[in-house]
Amino acid sequence: MLDAFGQPQSIVVLGGTSDIAGAVVDRLCARRCRTVVLAGRDPARLRDAAARATRAGATQLSEVVFDAREVTAAGTTVDRCFDAAGDVDVVLLAVGVLSGRDNELDAAHAADVAAVTYAWPVAAATRAAARLVDQGYGRLVVLSSVAAVRVRRANFVYASAKAGLDAFALELADTVRASGVTVQVIRPGFVRTKMTAGLPAAPFATTPAAVADAVVTGLATTDTVIWVPQALRWVFGVLTLLPTAIWKRLPG
Amino acid sequence: MVEPRSREELRHLLDATGPRVDTSSIIARGLGRSYGDAAQCAGGRVVRLQGSPHIGAVDANTGTIDVEAGVSLDALMRHTLMRGWFVPVTPGTRQVTVGGALAADVHGKNHHRDGSICAHVESLTLESPAGTFEVGPERDPELFWATAGGMGLTGVITRATLRLLPVETDRMVVDTDRFDDLDAVMAAMEEGDDRYRYSVAWVDCTAGSRAGRAVLTRGDHARREDLGPVRRRPGARGSSGLPATRLGVPHRLPLHPLNGATIRAFNEAWYRRAPRQRRDEIQPLGRFFHPLDGVADWNRLYGPRGFVQYQFVVGPTDGALVRRAIELFSSRALPSFLAVLKRFGPGDPGPLSFPMAGWTLAVDLPVGPELLPRTLDELDELVAGAGGRVYLAKDARLRPELLAAMYPRAGDLARTRRRVDPAGILRSDLSRRLSID
Repeated sequence: MLDAFGQPQSIVVLGGTSDIAGAVVDRLCARRCRTVVLAGRDPARLRDAAARATRAGATQLSEVVFDAREVTAAGTTVDRCFDAAGDVDVVLLAVGVLSGRDNELDAAHAADVAAVTYAWPVAAATRAAARLVDQGYGRLVVLSSVAAVRVRRANFVYASAKAGLDAFALELADTVRASGVTVQVIRPGFVRTKMTAGLPAAPFATTPAAVADAVVTGLATTDTVIWVPQALRWVFGVLTLLPTAIWKRLPG
Repeated sequence: MVEPRSREELRHLLDATGPRVDTSSIIARGLGRSYGDAAQCAGGRVVRLQGSPHIGAVDANTGTIDVEAGVSLDALMRHTLMRGWFVPVTPGTRQVTVGGALAADVHGKNHHRDGSICAHVESLTLESPAGTFEVGPERDPELFWATAGGMGLTGVITRATLRLLPVETDRMVVDTDRFDDLDAVMAAMEEGDDRYRYSVAWVDCTAGSRAGRAVLTRGDHARREDLGPVRRRPGARGSSGLPATRLGVPHRLPLHPLNGATIRAFNEAWYRRAPRQRRDEIQPLGRFFHPLDGVADWNRLYGPRGFVQYQFVVGPTDGALVRRAIELFSSRALPSFLAVLKRFGPGDPGPLSFPMAGWTLAVDLPVGPELLPRTLDELDELVAGAGGRVYLAKDARLRPELLAAMYPRAGDLARTRRRVDPAGILRSDLSRRLSID
């Protein structure tokens, strides 16, 4: 169950091997979380993530292997995670893959990015929301990105997929609100992780630890959108109003 | 939320074996005044007893009364005061049901002398999945005590026979003393509480150097000769000594009035208002027992994030832990609107019943400060280490690992539960959060 401060006793992490997911699980297990279900693509990395969760204090661990390119299997994957957990207090959805400038016109790559960053997460979030509604309570935390707020050239396939997921999650939040289930969208700026290794950092760059802190404190609130760092909310309030000609000339 | 209209409908809700039955979790709720999740059941069913519940006549020979469990203590007091009787135990609000009061085994300002409410129960009727049970301290004591303070986890209490307290008037005779520090008030309570039926101290947990200053109020029911000629009988002038709710708090407030500064100001005013020493003051019942009942929906003052109540008890020789708690709240700037200190007498045999002999401190803490969850976790460890416990009726954040240390007889409850609820459908968010089997 969630306690008075929104702290969970059980969590399902879809994308359980990501740096941000690891940092979130560390923090939650240091407080109340004991049941952790990690779903990811690479069994070896899942084992590492599970060992890290155990060190953080998890006592009941399960690993579920899935491939986010298999969009139609998303529902089954989510069901396996829920069945392994029992009561699920929080679902963290942190699945996505970055696109770059090297293969902007590669259709197969675009299809992959769209499937992993948009289609699979949408299907998984839908199933997770349905399971939480059946359960009568719970929180779905969707990892979006500030890239979703205004798409830019540098990673437009990824950013457009995040834009779709972000918009989807906001409406999903409305759809399930009356049931006692809540959906929260996290919009970090540039995060220094495995996924962004080698890329030049953008202004307001942040770390997995900072994003995880924001997720954990966000659990105590009912805010639908959480920006990391918070200042980005105001920065992007302005950036979305910029004329395209100026937007395209901005560095980073 | 389900509201059965008859005993048959309630039986049907609890029936976990028949054909076409709903076997999802179920828990009873009274007036919903638990601060925590004791009467919530996410994804399951919350049962409320409907209609205007029946209050029987007071048996003048034995001083007992038969009441349906959905009766509020407010209604019960209004009914019995006119006839010269008072409820044996009242918590800080009258807006709780008899069923809820028994399920939480509530205590009042007279615990040091009279124990908690279940010590004044002759018998009760319990509707459980396994059947209907008539229980009391003599009749099936195992199930009776599992139900006393059992947080609804043995079934739905539908009726009780309570022993009332005879009173001559609807007023209180109150002595008030103000103390500059915690040691002084605790010494005064240890020395003098036994001379009073009711005793409670308000303690300042806010201001750094002033933390621990206190106002102690103690009293008893006024007798006829304590009053002037006008207020001879309870109910004279048509009053029961219990005011109607006068003030309200609107649903949406432009800002949240209870913050660090206003809480400090309130505590300052509360302290200053109290006389250094006053003897034999005549007070109306409501003001003495239920000051917050005068303001409807006062909880809204805390804003949308709300607050948590934290109440613990530690043994008579662990008073230092009370000091430690107040130091923690004060030094970490965790403001408490009202902190209440009281001495408990011996507890009763209920495995989840909260009171035990010693000191209890209850605080209201606004949710928000980052240090709050961790500070309460630290206090839990200290309390459990000292053999104390926190009050489940107010809890919404205890670590499940500490339950067994705080309630070592919780295993007895599990045994009784298997007898009356073999399918395990009686569950609440509290029982799920703390893994109470």
